Amino acid sequence: MLNRQGRPTAAGDAGSNEHPTFTGNKALAQVEPLIFEIGRTDVTGVDLDEPASFTPRLGGQERKDAINLPGLSEPEAMRHYVRLSQMNYGIDTGLFPLGSCTMKHNARLNERMARLPGFSDAHPLQPVSTAQGALELMKELAHYLMTLTGTKAVSLSPKAGAHGELCGMMAIKAAIEAKGEGKTRNVVLVPESAHGTNPATAALIGFVVKPVPARDDGWVHVDDVKKLLGPDVAAIMLTNPNTCGLFEPQVVEIAKALHDAGAYFYCDGANFNAIVGKAKPGDLGIDAMHINLHKTFSTPHGGGGPGAGPVVLSERLSPFAPVPFVRESKSGLELVEHESDAAEKPFGRMTAFHGQMGMYVRALAYMLSHGADGMKQASEDAVLNANYIRAGLSDLLSLPFGDKPCMHEVLFDDAWLKDTGVTTLDFAKAMIDEGYHPMTMYFPLVVHGAMLIEPTESESKSSLDLFIATLRDLALAATSSSNDKSRFTGAPYHSPRRRLDETRAARAPVLKWTPPAPIADAAE
Amino acid sequence: MRYLPLSETDRGEMLARVGVKSVDDLFADIPKDKLLKAPVDLPRRKGELEVERILSRMSSKNISASSVPFFVGAGAYKHHVPATVDHLIQRSEFLTSYTPYQPEIAQGTLQYLFEFQTQVAALTGMEVANASMYDGSTGTGEAVLMAHRVTKRRKAVLSGGLHPHYIDVVQTLSKMASDEVAALKADVSGTEDILSQIDDSVSCVVVQSPDVFGNVRDLKPIAEKAHKHGALLIAVFTEVVSLGLLQSPGSQDADIVVGEGQSIGNALNFGGPYVGLFAAKSKYIRQMPGRLCGETVDADGNRGFVLTLSTREQHIRRDKATSNICTNSGLCCLAFTIHMTLLGETGLKRLARINHANAVKLADALSGVKGVEVLNKTFFNEFTVKLAKPAAEVVERLAEKGILAGVPVSRLLPKSGLDNLLLVASTEVNTDEDRAAFVAALKEVL
Repeated sequence: MLNRQGRPTAAGDAGSNEHPTFTGNKALAQVEPLIFEIGRTDVTGVDLDEPASFTPRLGGQERKDAINLPGLSEPEAMRHYVRLSQMNYGIDTGLFPLGSCTMKHNARLNERMARLPGFSDAHPLQPVSTAQGALELMKELAHYLMTLTGTKAVSLSPKAGAHGELCGMMAIKAAIEAKGEGKTRNVVLVPESAHGTNPATAALIGFVVKPVPARDDGWVHVDDVKKLLGPDVAAIMLTNPNTCGLFEPQVVEIAKALHDAGAYFYCDGANFNAIVGKAKPGDLGIDAMHINLHKTFSTPHGGGGPGAGPVVLSERLSPFAPVPFVRESKSGLELVEHESDAAEKPFGRMTAFHGQMGMYVRALAYMLSHGADGMKQASEDAVLNANYIRAGLSDLLSLPFGDKPCMHEVLFDDAWLKDTGVTTLDFAKAMIDEGYHPMTMYFPLVVHGAMLIEPTESESKSSLDLFIATLRDLALAATSSSNDKSRFTGAPYHSPRRRLDETRAARAPVLKWTPPAPIADAAE
Repeated sequence: MRYLPLSETDRGEMLARVGVKSVDDLFADIPKDKLLKAPVDLPRRKGELEVERILSRMSSKNISASSVPFFVGAGAYKHHVPATVDHLIQRSEFLTSYTPYQPEIAQGTLQYLFEFQTQVAALTGMEVANASMYDGSTGTGEAVLMAHRVTKRRKAVLSGGLHPHYIDVVQTLSKMASDEVAALKADVSGTEDILSQIDDSVSCVVVQSPDVFGNVRDLKPIAEKAHKHGALLIAVFTEVVSLGLLQSPGSQDADIVVGEGQSIGNALNFGGPYVGLFAAKSKYIRQMPGRLCGETVDADGNRGFVLTLSTREQHIRRDKATSNICTNSGLCCLAFTIHMTLLGETGLKRLARINHANAVKLADALSGVKGVEVLNKTFFNEFTVKLAKPAAEVVERLAEKGILAGVPVSRLLPKSGLDNLLLVASTEVNTDEDRAAFVAALKEVL
C-alpha cells in the first residue's frame, strides 16, 4: 500500500488509528486536566518569604475562609499551559482566513518593543515629567493615524473596536447636543450588513437604530440613505470597505447627503486595512472612524484581546474628543486628564488612565517597519490575495453579488451547496481537518450561509495555491453525486476535539469547575 | 519588505490570473479623485535595527518602576510577575489565535478561560464570572448598566471612595444613556453616609474596597440596605491582591463584583492593556455583559469547552444585546490565570500578607517624618498621607531625587481642596532600603 507521498506503508497498518491508548493521549496530542484537578492549595510555584509578625490594619475585615485556589509548581504549570497551547490554532500555525478579523502576521519585533521597560514598566500616574517618552510615542502614533486617514484629531484611549465605536458615537451625540438637537436627532442608520457591534453601540447610548436595507449588489445606495434622512437622523454607521468585501462606490455622495441633512458619518474602520495608503477616509467625508490596531496594524489578537480602537475625528467633532489627550506645552508634552483643564469641550472619559499603551507601541513598530511604501504595498497585496482566491474558486463556489473585484476579503454564499446535504458549517469543519482555520461563517447576515475569506497580505502565492486546491477538492466532494457526505457532516475528525455540543452548553450552563459529587455507594 | 511574501513575479502572475492589468484595477470602486497617486507623507520602510533604535530612544526617556524606589498605585500596581508568565503568553498558539469561534481548534484558549472564570468566581466569592472586560473602569460602567437591566431602574449611587476615573467613566456612560448618577463627594476617611442615599428609586450602589484612599470598607450593611430597597450592591476593587487577605465581596452579599486584575500577571504598561474581572450572582447571568465560556462534550463524548449564552451578545442580538463588547482581554486573562495558578492559595495569601506588611512598615516610617500625617485607620497596601506642602510639588521634587513617591490626590481630583494629600502604595517589590530612601528624601523636601 502506498501513502499520499507515494511511499510504501508497512503491512498491517490499515486501521492503525483504531488502537486506543491507556492514557487517552495520542503521542503529542495530550489529554490535559483542569488545574483544579491537578493542583493543590498547599502548593505554590512562587517562592516568597512569610513576613515577620506585625499588627494588621484591616479593621477586622480579614478573610477567614478558604478560597479554594489550587497551585502548581513551576514545571507543572509550564507543562499545563504548553499542552493547552497545543490545542490552539494560531496565525503561526497556518492560514487563518477569518474574514473581517484580519489575521495577519504578528512580528515579534513588536513584542520586544512593547516590553521595553520605559513602556511596559511605566505607571500611568507617575509624574509626566518622568514619562515624556511615553507621551512622545502617543503623539507619534497619533500623527501616523491622522496622516493615514486624512483627519485632524484622534482619541487614542478606546480599548477595542467596539469601544472606539462607542467613543465616536458619543462624540457625535455631544456635537448634536451642543447644537441643541439632542431631543430631536435620535435615529442612527445602520446597514443590515453591519457588524453587530454597530447597532449594539448605538442602542447603548439611547439611539434608535433604523436599518438600511441590503441591495442585491452588496452596496449601500445613496438613494436608500436619502429616503431615510430627516431631522431625526443623527448619523449613519457605515463600514467601508463593507462587510461584503466591497468598497462603497457612492461613499462620497452618502457623506454629502448626510452632511446636508445635518447628520454625521460614523465609519466602522474594521476593514481599513484594505485601503491604507490607497485612500484617506477623511477625503471621503467621514466624521469619525475607529481603527482596530489589532487588525490593520497587526497587534496580536491574543485569543480575543487585548485590542485597541483609537478613533479619528473630523474637525467638527474634534472639540468633543474625550480626556485624556497629549498636548504640547512650554515644558514639554503634557497630558490633559480633566475636562476642566481642556480648552475644548471633551464629552468625558472612556476609561481609567490613558488607553492601551502596550498596543500603541506594537502598532507604531509595525508602521515604522512598513513605512508609507510598505503599508501601501500591504494593502495592495491583501487585496490581490483575496482576488486571487476569488479567481481560483469562482467557478465552483457562488458569489452573491456577481464576479466583480473585491477588496481584502471575498464573500461567498451557500447557493452552490443547495441540495448537497452539506452546510456552510459542515464545509468549515471539513477545512479544519485539512489543516486550515475556517473562514468567517454566517456573517454578514445579508447573504445566506455566508463564507467570508480574508487571506491577508501575509500569505505567499504557494500558500494560496494549496489553499485554493484544497477548497476546490472539498467543493467537488461536497457537490458530488455520492450520498456519503460524512467527510463534512461528521467533521472535524482530526482536531483536538470533535464537533462540540453548543446547545447543551447553553441549556444548562456550566461556567466554572465544581468539585465532583462523591460517588454514591452502588449498594444503596 | 520583510513581512510581505509576494515577489514581483508572483504579483504579475496573480494579476494575470485575476484578469486585470494593474493592482489599481482592483481599487476601481474608489472614486478616481480620491485614489492616492503617491505614498502618504510618512517615512519609508525601516529595518529591525532602526525601529529598535527609534523606540528604545523613546523608552529611555521614561523612568521605569523597577529602576527606582517606587510607591505609585491608585488603581495600577507594580508587582513582580514570574518569568514563566511572559514566556507562556508569547507562545504562538496563544498569542496569534483569535476569539475561539471554532472551538474544536481553540480548546487551549477555552480551557484557560474556564479556569480563569473559576478562579475569579472563587476569589470574589461569587457564583459566576465572565471571560473578562477591558479593565476595571469599563467593567464598572458595564456593571451599572447591568444593574439597570436587572432592576429596571436607572439611578446609580456612587461612593465617594470610588476611583475618580471610574466615576468619570460611569458618569460619561450614564450621561450619554440618559441615566441618573448620584456621586457622593470624595470621602477621604471612608466614613461617608451612603446608606441614606439608598431608596426605592435606586438601581445600584457602587462601593470600592479598599477604596481609592486605601480604607477597607464594610460592605455588609450597604448590601443589606440595598436589598431592602430592591437595589443591587456593586462591589469594586482596583487591587486584586487584596482579595488574598480580605473577606470576599461575595461573602458580604454583593450582587455584582467588578475590578481590575492587572496586579496579577500583567505589567503596568502605562495604563493598558489591563484585564477587567467581572462576577455576579448566577441568577443574573443572562444580563451579564461579555463572553462566557462553558463546559460541554464533543461528538466522541469528550469534555470540551465553548463560548456560550451568546444570545446575550451583539453578534446575535444586535441593538438588543447586553453590551457592545466583542474583543476583550484574552491574553491578559491568560497572564492572570497563569500567575494565579503559580501562586495558588498559599502563594496568593502570602503575597497579600507581604503587601500589607510592607505598607504597614511604610506607614509607620512615614508617620515619623515631621509634616507627614497618615490618615487611614485601615488599609491594605495603599494609604493616604497629609503633607505639609502640596503633594504634586513634593512628588515632583522627589522624582528629581529618583524616587517615585505616589499619586497626588490633586492629579485625580483637581480643584477639590485636597492638594496636600498623597496616595502611597507599597507592594512586595519594596525593600527596607526603598523605604529608608523615601523617608530620607521626604525629610529633605518637606
